[in-house]
Order: sequence, then C-alpha cells, then structure tokens
Amino acid sequence: MAAIATSKRRIKESAGDRIFLGFIYVILTLLVIIVLYPLIYIISSSISSPAAVTSGRVWLWPVDLSFRGFEELFRRGEVITGYLNSIFYTTAGTLISVTLTIMIAYPLSRRSFFGRNALMMFITFTMIFSGGLIPTYMVVKGLNLIDTRWALLIPNAIWVWQVIIARSFFQTSIPEELLEASEIDGCSDLRFIWSVVLPLSKPIIAVLVLMYAVGQWNAYFDALIYLKSADLFPLQLILRSIIIQNNSGSNMDAIAMVEKQQLAELLKYSLIVVATLPVLIIYPFVQRYFVQGMLVGSVKG
Amino acid sequence: MLTKRIGGIVLEKQLAFKPDYVPDAKRKASYWRTARRNIKKHWQLHLLVIPPILFFLIFKYYPMLNAVLAFKDYNVIKGIWGSPWVGFKHFQLFFENPQFWTLVKNTIFLSGYLILAGFPIPIILALMINEIRAGRFKKFVQLVSFAPYFISTVVMVSIIMLFLAPRLGFANVVLNYFGFESINFLGEPGMFRSIYVWSDIWQTAGYNAVIYLAALAGVDPTLYEAAKVDGASRFQKIRHVDLPGIVPTIVIILILNVGNVMALGFEKVYLLQNPLNLVNSEIIATYVYRIGLLNANYSFATAVGLFNSIINLVLLLTVNGLAKRLTKSSIW
Repeated sequence: MAAIATSKRRIKESAGDRIFLGFIYVILTLLVIIVLYPLIYIISSSISSPAAVTSGRVWLWPVDLSFRGFEELFRRGEVITGYLNSIFYTTAGTLISVTLTIMIAYPLSRRSFFGRNALMMFITFTMIFSGGLIPTYMVVKGLNLIDTRWALLIPNAIWVWQVIIARSFFQTSIPEELLEASEIDGCSDLRFIWSVVLPLSKPIIAVLVLMYAVGQWNAYFDALIYLKSADLFPLQLILRSIIIQNNSGSNMDAIAMVEKQQLAELLKYSLIVVATLPVLIIYPFVQRYFVQGMLVGSVKG
Repeated sequence: MLTKRIGGIVLEKQLAFKPDYVPDAKRKASYWRTARRNIKKHWQLHLLVIPPILFFLIFKYYPMLNAVLAFKDYNVIKGIWGSPWVGFKHFQLFFENPQFWTLVKNTIFLSGYLILAGFPIPIILALMINEIRAGRFKKFVQLVSFAPYFISTVVMVSIIMLFLAPRLGFANVVLNYFGFESINFLGEPGMFRSIYVWSDIWQTAGYNAVIYLAALAGVDPTLYEAAKVDGASRFQKIRHVDLPGIVPTIVIILILNVGNVMALGFEKVYLLQNPLNLVNSEIIATYVYRIGLLNANYSFATAVGLFNSIINLVLLLTVNGLAKRLTKSSIW
C-alpha cells in the first residue's frame, strides 16, 4: 500500500517536473533567439544589396547577395588606418598589460612576500575611489602623452580585477611543494617564474590576454579624450564618427543621390561586422579558458 | 604570529628555538630583521613589483592629489599647485546650479532602473541553465548568451541606432507592418532609460550569469540528495537548495551594484545622447566631461567628479556595513 502510494507520487511529481523542465527549455530557446537574431540580422544586411537593406526587405537571411558594402569600406582610407591602428593598440597594449599584471599578481600570491597585505590594500583602494576624470587627464597631459600612441597603452594598463583573478589562480594552482623543491635546488625567483609558474599558468594567461585584448580593441573613451590627430584614431572612433554621428564623409560624385544614401546605410552594417567579427570568431575557442578563469577568480576573489 | 606571516620556510626553522617570552622591543626588532632578510632573499620579487607600483602611484594616486583642483581656481600658467585656494566655492556653485537635482535624479533613476531590472535576470538565467542536463544545448546556450558581452559600446550603440532608426529601423518597419505609426525612439526622453537598461541586459546577462553558475556548482551535493529523499520537486529544490546556496554571492554582487550607483558608465550614455533626450540622459559623468574637457572648466568639473566619488564611497561602505550586519556576507 505504502509502496504503491510512493511510486504513484513519484510518477506524478516527475510529470510536473517534466513540464517545468520543458518550460525552461522553451524559455532558454527564446532567449537564444533574442540574443542571436540582431546579430544574424546585421550580418545578413551587411551582405545584402544596398536597395534591399534600405527598403526593409531583409528579415533573416541575405537578400540579393552582394559585397558592395565591404568593397566600399576598404576603399576608404580612414577605415584601413583605423583598423591597422586598432591592431597595433591591441597587440602592444595586451603585451604591456599582461606583463605588468603578472609582475604584480605573482609576488602577491606568495605567502612569504613581505608587504603583501599592504600592497594588496594599496591596489584595491583604487577600485573604490578615484581622483576623477579631470585630475587623471591632467596627469596624462603633464607627462606629455596627449595625442601620442602611449596615451592608449599606459594610463589604463593594469586592471585591478585582473590582478585579483591572476593572484587567486597562482595561489590555488601552483603547488607550494614545487617552490620548496626549487628553493632547495637553488633556483632563483625569476627563474622559478619563467620555467615553472608561467608554463603552469596557461589558462590564466589566456584569460588575461583575452580580456585585455577585447578591452583594448573595444575601447574608445581614452582615444576620445587623449587623441586629436585622425591618423592615430582606433577603429572604434572611426565607427563612432561614421555611424553614430552620421558623418558619411563620402565623395562619390558620379553616383546618383539615392544610391549614395543606400550605400551609406549599407556601409554601417558592414562596418559593424568588420569591427566585431575578429572578437566573435576568436571567442568560442577561448571560452573554455575564460569560464575557468572566472571561476577561479570568483572562488577566492 | 608575526614571523609566521612574513617568514618563509627557512625563517620558521630558525625561530623554532625561540623562547616563549620575548620582550616587545626585541620582537619588533626581530620583525624588521626577518623582513630585511626576506627582502634580501626574495629581492627579485620585490624588484618585479616596482613598475606596477609606479603605475598605480602615477596614474591612480597622483590624480587623487590632483583632485585638490576642486578647492582651487585653476590657472594654466600657475599650474595646479600655484593656483589660488577658493575653498568650497565650486561645490557651492554646483549645489546651487539649477541642473544639480536633474543630474542627481537622472543618475540615480538610470542606475536604480538598471539594478531593479538587471539584477534578478542573470540569477534566473543561471538557475535555469543549471537545471538542464549537461550537453550540447547547455553549451550552446552559454556560448550564445555570453557572446554579446564582447561587443564594444560603440557597436552596441550603433546597433541600437540602426534598429530604432526613425525611418528604416527594424522596430519601425515592424510597427508599420502592423499598421502603427513610426516612433522616433531615441528622440523620446521617456524611452531613453528603457532603451539603455534593456540593451544593457541583452548584452551582459549571460556574462553575469557565469558567476552564479560558479556559485551553484559549489552547492553541497548532499543537500540535493536530501531534497530528493524528501521528494522535493524541481521547483522546490531551486527554492530551498539552490537559492539559499547562492545567497552570499547574490549579496556581494548586490553590494557592488549599489555601491556603484553613482559610478554609472559614461560611455554608453554619452553615445546615446542627443539634444532631444538630454532631459533624461544627462548624468553626472557626462556633465563632468562636457564642462571639464569640452568647456575647459577644470576646477568646477573636478569638484563635481569628486562629489560623485565621495557619495559613491559612502554608499559602498554603508551598503557593505548593512549587508555585514544582516547577512554576514560582505566584500571585506
């Protein structure tokens, strides 16, 4: 009697659970669609014909496949310059940032490091209080970095959050025994970092590289306030001026007015694709490392 | 105690002979001696941290000194330190400014809306993702929901503008299709906050959910077994095991959110601004930029920025203290 009752109840519950689970699947599928749709729409528009885009005929897939937008894009000097500049800023900035972050995060992870707690407080305080926009601008100006490439590489080189994540990784993933063994063998600290710590820290280095690189590639604010010459502008600033401020700045005199407008509209979609694709292509391959790194950071952070 | 905190392995061995009673002065001396020995032994590590420390001193701490500009009338020729002191003049000017309350209101309303709408969604998303079986679908959901986080602010705003464009934007094409009039979304001050907040949720919910997913992975598995034995349904399990398990994480994220109410991101607001929606979209950060860098009114803008930083700090400390008392979880 009792057995029947319990088994009955279990079946009933699992039916309710199954409906609940089905409901979750439906909602998650809807969410995936909501996230993906705008992205697909923009990619599709970028490879449709100018007329199809401006008459609102693109709904999901490309209409009248054409690459006019991209052709036009690469005919423009400012876009190419912006692209090359962004590649430079991303490479150099990431290199500087990752190096500096590891230089401070590793010593902070060593329990025997003298002044560790004080140093930790010294850097975390900058997370909750800052001098503000103008005082920082004055420092950069005082160092004569305004309108130089350095202004985008140095003033924001270290993110405290990245230091905290890297430090917790080193603390939890580099076994103390390795350090003891290498100390007995007379290995110096730098040698230990180079031949033991770094090879063991590939996941966290991947996370640091990804975060700094994406940050640098996507940044526009520092460029907006520190740069004046157009030949130093990163891609994001060019994007802003063409799409958001609507300075199409085109000089296609021979083309009819309507077509010119259509092309200007199409150009916006192509620009978005060109500016975002590098990041979105790399992302699925490094996502595994990324989630790992975030987990490490949040466990001890 | 002290030796343990600073000493390495070798130090502890040497101090093993130490008698129980050591006079204070002597202990202090030995503290500095071990410190010196430690630095000497690990000089390479201490050398390594010098460039990062310089970075923080120059680009984070020196600006804090520069913030005295707020109490001076900046004069280009005399420089920051030579300019005359004016006390709280700029603060007073700001408080008496007719725009003052509008700026504070806009900043708090936008932040508040963002927290109210944006805070629960990643939690719900994480709980839902946690329910489904590990497999391709789960991976796909995580991959997709995370992706918009990598879109830059400029591109995000470009997408918003293209979708909401008055004539050819997707939203208006759909409206027209169903026979409605077109709306100039970005020109309506009343719509500004919703556009900002919901596009932000679209972009960051998946990213923010990862933290909760990590917390959920750390919930004690025996609790699930107990819940199963007690015949709990999926929903009851979420309500009584999952949620209580991630409360500490929720509290910490909430503290950080509320503590940053005044430090609302400048970039996206600035890009979404136009003369039509400025009534609701001018926040303290954009005002500082406009007054300070565009109008070169350095002292006044510094005062406004400083006011903002201090309010923010006070808020963070208050919320943290409250959370400590109420839930025993805090950031420090």
